Amino acid sequence: MKLALRHAFVLLVCAFALFPILFVVSAAINPLGTLASSDLVPNGASFDNVAKLFSSDIYPFGRWVFNSVFIALASSTASLLLSMFAAYAFSRMRFAGRRVGLLALLLIQMFPQFLAIVTIFMIFTRVSELYPAFGFNTTWGILLLYLGGALGVNTWLMKGFLDTIPKELDESATVDGATHAQVFWKIIMPLVTPILAVTALLAFIGTMSEFLMANIFLRDAESKTLAVGMYGMIAGDGRNANFGMFAAATLITAIPTVGVFLWLQKFIVSGLTAGAVKG
Amino acid sequence: MSLDVREAAEVTTPPRPRRELTTAFVVSRIAVLAVAAAILLYAVPPLVAAESWISLTLLLLAGAGIGYLYLTRRFVPAKYLVPGTVFLLAFQVFPVIYTVSTAFTNFGDGHRGDKAAAISAIETGSVRQAPGSPEYGLSAALKGDTLVFLLVDPKTKQVQEGSPDGLTAVQGARLGVTGKVLEAPGYTVLKAPQAAARADQIAELAVPTRGGLIKANGLSRAVEGRAALTYDAGCDCVKGDGDSWQADESQGYFVNAKGEHLAQGWQVNVGFANFIRVLTDPTLSAHFLGMFTWNMVFAVLSVLTTFALGMGVALALHHPKMRGTRFYRIALILPYAMPAFAMLLVWRDMFNRDFGLINQLFGLDVDWMGGMLSAKFAVILVNTWLGFPYMFLVTTGALQAIPRELTEAASIDGAPPWYAFRKVTLPLLLVALTPLLISSFAFNFNNYNAIALTTDGGPFPAESPTVGGTDLLISYTVRLAFGTGSAQFGLAATMSVFIFAIVATISAITFRRTRKQEDVYA
Repeated sequence: MKLALRHAFVLLVCAFALFPILFVVSAAINPLGTLASSDLVPNGASFDNVAKLFSSDIYPFGRWVFNSVFIALASSTASLLLSMFAAYAFSRMRFAGRRVGLLALLLIQMFPQFLAIVTIFMIFTRVSELYPAFGFNTTWGILLLYLGGALGVNTWLMKGFLDTIPKELDESATVDGATHAQVFWKIIMPLVTPILAVTALLAFIGTMSEFLMANIFLRDAESKTLAVGMYGMIAGDGRNANFGMFAAATLITAIPTVGVFLWLQKFIVSGLTAGAVKG
Repeated sequence: MSLDVREAAEVTTPPRPRRELTTAFVVSRIAVLAVAAAILLYAVPPLVAAESWISLTLLLLAGAGIGYLYLTRRFVPAKYLVPGTVFLLAFQVFPVIYTVSTAFTNFGDGHRGDKAAAISAIETGSVRQAPGSPEYGLSAALKGDTLVFLLVDPKTKQVQEGSPDGLTAVQGARLGVTGKVLEAPGYTVLKAPQAAARADQIAELAVPTRGGLIKANGLSRAVEGRAALTYDAGCDCVKGDGDSWQADESQGYFVNAKGEHLAQGWQVNVGFANFIRVLTDPTLSAHFLGMFTWNMVFAVLSVLTTFALGMGVALALHHPKMRGTRFYRIALILPYAMPAFAMLLVWRDMFNRDFGLINQLFGLDVDWMGGMLSAKFAVILVNTWLGFPYMFLVTTGALQAIPRELTEAASIDGAPPWYAFRKVTLPLLLVALTPLLISSFAFNFNNYNAIALTTDGGPFPAESPTVGGTDLLISYTVRLAFGTGSAQFGLAATMSVFIFAIVATISAITFRRTRKQEDVYA
């Protein structure tokens, strides 16, 4: 294929990839802040939308950012740790029920947690009555819920990573008198940290975008995550008027992930081929 | 099978002497005990108060088991498996089992509680003012912390306390000119604004009397009413208003001779009725098939378009003389790094008919989300935009792993580029990427966000206002349960079971085929 042809094709795809993002940027700095007045090329530049976003009485945007980041950080860290524990047992120890356990996890992995949303709703209706601190509209409740999906998603992946680490390493540590806990924390964890970071990033992004369960779970303005809150921002009457604010919020949400993405680009390819999915 | 060294070693060596107690050992045990105790202290009292003894027993057993597990030195694998498993059982396995059992009930609006709750709802709901009964002067008051009514009989000026337990006489109350109670010993009479703040509680309070109920009518009047409908345990029916409704345990409704039922019903086991309804109900089954077909088309097309476009650019960039790949790569990866939920909403608004960017840019006036085909095209296009960077990334990775000698050998042998791609590069790529393509398919099969945040299932044709043109099974299920109509949890759970079954079948088939394929190429 001619080189020029290749460039033309890639440029075309780049244009397809970038024009919605360009539209968001121009809508975010559009001083009028409505959908109708937004265009690809900004007709003026101002930070009105950002200022409006942070001073809004109706939309506690700062709170949403905090909720989202907290839930995503806590659930990705905790769920990776939980699945690392399980993967360590499955990869390094031999015990009765090991094969059955691995197969069961493979089966469970096929059923996404949100398919049971109807009964999750019913269960948490009861939990809300008994333990309001872990019920609807609470960060802790949705965190518990997200942790329920942890083992099914990541254990096989982690076991794959651990299987690539030579067993001799931890065997020699055991011979030197290390306990199983010391082997886990001092030998295994440091070795898998780079790949864990990438998986954690993917889990983080996935949780940030989780909408189905969060939308049913979080109804209070104060308890919402970015996905639920920003959805409400341009629902109904606000659809046209709040678009500038929404675009600004999108950019603010994107900044940290885009940054980390560009930074981790090299590792992400290998992490992705190991089996994480998005889009 | 490889022989495990430690497993073999354990059999032959004599038991090791007990290790001494290290600080880490003691500290970790104390920490475990403290956490377990804290959780139990928090979790037990509400269960006792609610008298749910089964849950309490389960909780205590689980607590004791976990406490024992982490105190003993034995069962090392279990120590690592239990934390995740607890969450897995509570929030994934149990909901799935519960879903399956709910699928066999009619649980939902109108069928929320048990029969006793339905009867009491029917009776209190039918209360009307009894002819000739007095209209009491009402003062809301607090007795301790509980809300009660102080009722003044209009004729005798006698004061009575009304509570959910019934009526009791009150002595020594002082009445105002309007006939309301100003003060009474042992009670705190609420002033008008205080009473208004508790309007909901006041409206709810019902004082049972011999023939009926006293309920508030506004904040200063109370009337005695009689239930127009009463339950007769003898015939297991509800009577009143010159009609009678017989309990029908198969439907969970009280039904009269004409086949009409009272609005309030109770939860019953309906067997396979929900499943039969999905498959044979003329309106529902037609939509179910259509929805299922579209669901498959959506998932397959999503995988194909993202893979084709992603692989296309990866191939175009995969050339030794290509310049600027770094820049291109960053530009192509950006859609993947943007928050997906927000970009879906942005796309929705770009397709807006009146103010949308797409219509403005191309000078069109297309109602994208209003037309059947255009809405389907739009969601696929949006999903392609979201998903192709991922495919681009993974194909780039896989391409770099294919030795260049293979393609060079093909071209030296005189194979045209397209033929070399089809016979050499593509098969090798597919070996590496098939598992990812399958998981991408499974993901898109239930891609709720891609639909809910763009079309929300629409457009909704006039003949089926509940099933939209772009509805996936999962988005339809969620609407059944949580949409604006009446909640049908039982039916929604049945739909979930169908999705479970479909996903399982597809996974089983693809799993087998990939194994065959690996045999061929490996």
